[in-house]
Amino acid sequence: MSENILEMQHITKLFPGVRALDDVNLQVKKGSIHALVGENGAGKSTLMNVLSGTYPYGSYTGDIIYEGEVCRFSQIKDSEAKGIVIIHQELALIPYMTIGENMFLGNERGRAFNIDWSTTYAEADRHLKTVGLTESSRTLIRNIGVGKQQMVEIAKALAKNARLLILDEPTSSLNESDSKALLDLLLRFKEEGMTSIIISHKLNEVAYVADDITVIRDGKTIETMHKGTDDISEDRIIRGMVGREISDRFPKREGVEIGEVAMEVSDWNVFHPLYREKKVVDGVSLQVRRGEVVGISGLMGAGRTELAMSIFGHSYGANISGELKLNGRAVKLNSVHDAIQHGMAYVTEDRKVNGLILSNPIRVNTTLANLPGVSAGIVIDPDKEYAVADDYRKKLNTKCTGVEQKVGNLSGGNQQKVLLAKWMFADPDILILDEPTRGIDVGAKYEIYCIINDLVAAGKSVVMISSELPEVLGMSDRIYVMNEGRIVGEFQQADASQEKIMACILSASNH
Amino acid sequence: MSTKTKILNWVQKYTMIIILLLVLSFFAFKTGGKILLPQNITNIIAQNAYVFVLATGMLLCILTGGNIDLSVGSVVCFVGALGAVFLDKGMSMGLAILVMLAIGLVIGAWQAFWIAYVRVPPFITTLSGMLVFRGLSNVVLEGQTLSVTHETFVRIFGGGADCYVPDLLGGGGVNMLCLVVGALACLLYLFFTFKSRMSRVKKGYEVEAVYNTLIKSVLIVAVILFFTVKLSQYKGIPTSLIWVALVILVYAYITSKTTIGRHFYAVGGNEKATKLSGINTDRVYFIAYTNMGFLSALAGMLTIARMTSAQPTYGQNYEMDAIGSCFIGGASAYGGVGTVPGVIIGAVLMGVINIGMSIMGVDANYQRVVKGLVLLAAVIFDVVSKREKG
Repeated sequence: MSENILEMQHITKLFPGVRALDDVNLQVKKGSIHALVGENGAGKSTLMNVLSGTYPYGSYTGDIIYEGEVCRFSQIKDSEAKGIVIIHQELALIPYMTIGENMFLGNERGRAFNIDWSTTYAEADRHLKTVGLTESSRTLIRNIGVGKQQMVEIAKALAKNARLLILDEPTSSLNESDSKALLDLLLRFKEEGMTSIIISHKLNEVAYVADDITVIRDGKTIETMHKGTDDISEDRIIRGMVGREISDRFPKREGVEIGEVAMEVSDWNVFHPLYREKKVVDGVSLQVRRGEVVGISGLMGAGRTELAMSIFGHSYGANISGELKLNGRAVKLNSVHDAIQHGMAYVTEDRKVNGLILSNPIRVNTTLANLPGVSAGIVIDPDKEYAVADDYRKKLNTKCTGVEQKVGNLSGGNQQKVLLAKWMFADPDILILDEPTRGIDVGAKYEIYCIINDLVAAGKSVVMISSELPEVLGMSDRIYVMNEGRIVGEFQQADASQEKIMACILSASNH
Repeated sequence: MSTKTKILNWVQKYTMIIILLLVLSFFAFKTGGKILLPQNITNIIAQNAYVFVLATGMLLCILTGGNIDLSVGSVVCFVGALGAVFLDKGMSMGLAILVMLAIGLVIGAWQAFWIAYVRVPPFITTLSGMLVFRGLSNVVLEGQTLSVTHETFVRIFGGGADCYVPDLLGGGGVNMLCLVVGALACLLYLFFTFKSRMSRVKKGYEVEAVYNTLIKSVLIVAVILFFTVKLSQYKGIPTSLIWVALVILVYAYITSKTTIGRHFYAVGGNEKATKLSGINTDRVYFIAYTNMGFLSALAGMLTIARMTSAQPTYGQNYEMDAIGSCFIGGASAYGGVGTVPGVIIGAVLMGVINIGMSIMGVDANYQRVVKGLVLLAAVIFDVVSKREKG
C-alpha cells in the first residue's frame, strides 16, 4: 500500500530472558496521527527504539519499510537522515545551554571547526515561531518551563527536517493547557502533511488527536482501531490494553491473619529535591496491617517510589511533612539507618542501580544492611557471614555457583532474590517492595510471590509497588491507586479489577 | 572448571606478583645480581617507606570511588616543616610527634569536611590543599632548609647512619634479631592460616583446596625469609620498616576484617545501594580523607628523619607515587576494588623499577617515562579485564 509511510513487519526483539517484542506488525498512514497504547512494559517504547535505530539492525528480526524502501538503521543518525525523529519521554535538553545550542546539538550549522552561530540562532528562532514560542533562542533552557521545553524538543525535531515524528509520552509532565497546545500543534502539523506516532496513557488525548490507535500488549500488537469506523471509547481501549486472562500465576495465600495496623501514614507531602516548588507526593494517607500485602498501583512517575523512599528514612525529597506511625506510635525517621532500626526495609526498584553492589559477591550483598548482625563490635566474623549468606541462598533457592559468586553474574531473578535476602536478614517488620518482579521471568516471579507469602505468614507487613496490574490484583489484600502524587483510589481485593484500576488512573489523569 | 580456566584464573589473581618476580629477575640479570645485594634490598624498603604509608592511605580514598588526594605531598612537607621547627625550638620528642599527628588529623579533617559534607569534588579540594600547604611550608621554613638534629627522632623514624633496630641477640656477621623476627613472622602466619582453615573445616564450611593454601603459605614464607635474610646480612631491621609494617598490618586488618573496612568497598561498589542500606556514606568519605591527613603526618616524620632536614620542596610528587602504587597494585580507578597487600606489591614494584634503573644508570628522565608507562599499562589491564567479564 503506497499510502503507508511506514510498515513494520514481524518485528521480534529479545532481551536476555524476555521477549520484549513478539512478531509485531504496525502500519502508519502518511499524514496521519497514529497512537500506540498499552500498559507499562508492553513494548511500546521498545518498538519505537527499534524504529529509530537505538536498537540497531541485527539486534531484532523483522523488516522496517519506510517510504516504500526497506531500512536497516544501525544508529539513530541513520533514521534521522531519513526524517524519522524520536522525542523521548525524559527531556534530553541540557539546562545550561541556550535553546539554539540545544536545538542544533550534534546537528550544528556551519562547519565542524567554525560553527555559524548567526545561522544557528536565526534558524532556531524560525523553528521556535513554528511551534508557537515567543522566546529568543538565546534563552537558557533552565529558564523556561517544562511545557516550553517540550515545545523546544519538537522544534529541535523540525530542525532535523522530521517527516515522521515519534513522541513518547509527550504530555506526561505537562499541565492541561500546555498539553492542549501541544496536541493542537500536532494537528496543525498533520494538515501540513507531517506524520506522527504518539505514545500516550492519556486516552482522552489519544481520542482527540489520533486517526488510528494500535494496542500493544505483552510485546504483541493486539488490534488497530480506526477513527470513524471503530469504537474508540476509553472503555473499549482499556479492554484491549488489559484483556488477558489471569490464570494461577499467583500462589495461594491461606490462613494468614490480618492483624493490627503496623504502619500508618497520614497527610504525607514531599517536594522534589531540586525543583523545590514541585510537589511529588501530595497529601497521601495510607495504612498497612500486620500480615497484609498492600499493593500500590499506578503509572510510572505517579510518585510511588518517591512516596516509599521518603517514608524510608527521608531518602528522597525535600520539605517532607506528614505523620508516620509505626505500631500506633508516631516516629520520625531522619535517616535510612533510623528506618532500619525501626524495622523497615525498602527493596529498591532498580536492583542494579540502587540495590546491589554488582562487583561484590552474594555474601557481601546479603549482609550489607545488617553488618552488625555478623560482627562482634566492628570486627566481621567471616564464618558467620558465610553461614548467613549460605542459609538465605538455600532458603530462597538462589541459583548460583556459591555465595562467593559475584552478583553481577547472576540472572535478574536471582539478583532479586539476593536483594530480598539482604533485607530479610535485616529482620524488618514492614517491607516495601518496589517493582519486585520487574524484568524477571515467570518462574522466578512465582518464587518471589511465594517469598512474599511466607513473609506475611510470619506476621510481617508487605507494601508492594507494582506497575503490573495482574500482579497487584493477584497478590494484594488491598490496593491503593496512585496518580500524580495522590492516592486516587482504594480497593479491596474482591472489588478490584484491571478495568476499574485503569479507569481510576485514567480519569484522574484527565483532570 | 577446566584446567585451562583454572590456570587463567590463578594467573589473573596473582598477576602482579608474577610481574614483580619477572621485573626483579630482569633487573637481577641486567645488573649482574646487584639488585639482590642486601644493601639494595634494604634500600627498597628504607627509601620507599613513605610510599608504603601514603599508598595505604590513598587506597582508602581510591576505594570510595576512584577519588584521589593530591595534597599528600604538600601535607608531608608542611607537617615535616612544622616538626623540624618544633624540634629545633627544643620541644620534647614525644610531644612533637603527637602534635605533628594531630596537625595531620586536623588538615585531613579540614579537607574531608568539604569533600564529605559539602560535596566539593575531592580533586578540587585536594588541589587546593596541595597549593595551600606547599605555600605554608615555605612560610614556616621561610624558604630555607632547616636541619633536624634530634638524634633519637631521626633514628626512630629511619634516618641517619644508624637507623636499624639494635641486634639484641648479637651474632657476628649476620643480624640474629632480624632472623628471629623473620622466623617468628613465618610461624605466626602459618599458625593463623591453618587455625582459621581448621575452624572452617570443623564448622563444615567450604575451604579452598589444600594445595592452594600450601602454595600460598610456601610463597609467603619464602618472601618473608628472603627479606629477613637479606636484611640480616646488611645492618638488620631498618626502624622505618617497623612503622611500615605497623601501618600495613593495621590497615590490612581494618580493610579486610571490619565493618568500617566493608563500608569503604561498599561505597565504591555502589554508593546509592550503600546509602539505602543504612550506611552513612558521608562519614565514609570523611574517614578516608581525615585518615589520609593522619598518614601524611607519619610520612612527614619519616621524610624529615631520613633527610635529617626539612625543606620547602620535600614531598613533591609523593602523591603521584602513592596513587601510582595503588593503581599498579590492582586498585580500581572506579573504586570498590583493591587491597592493602596489593597496593604494597604495587609500591614494591615501583621501588624495584626505581632502584633497578638507578643501578643500571638509566637517566632519571627515562625512569619517569618507564614508570608512567607502567602505570598506564596497569590501569589498561584493570579496565580491559573488567570489560571482558562484562
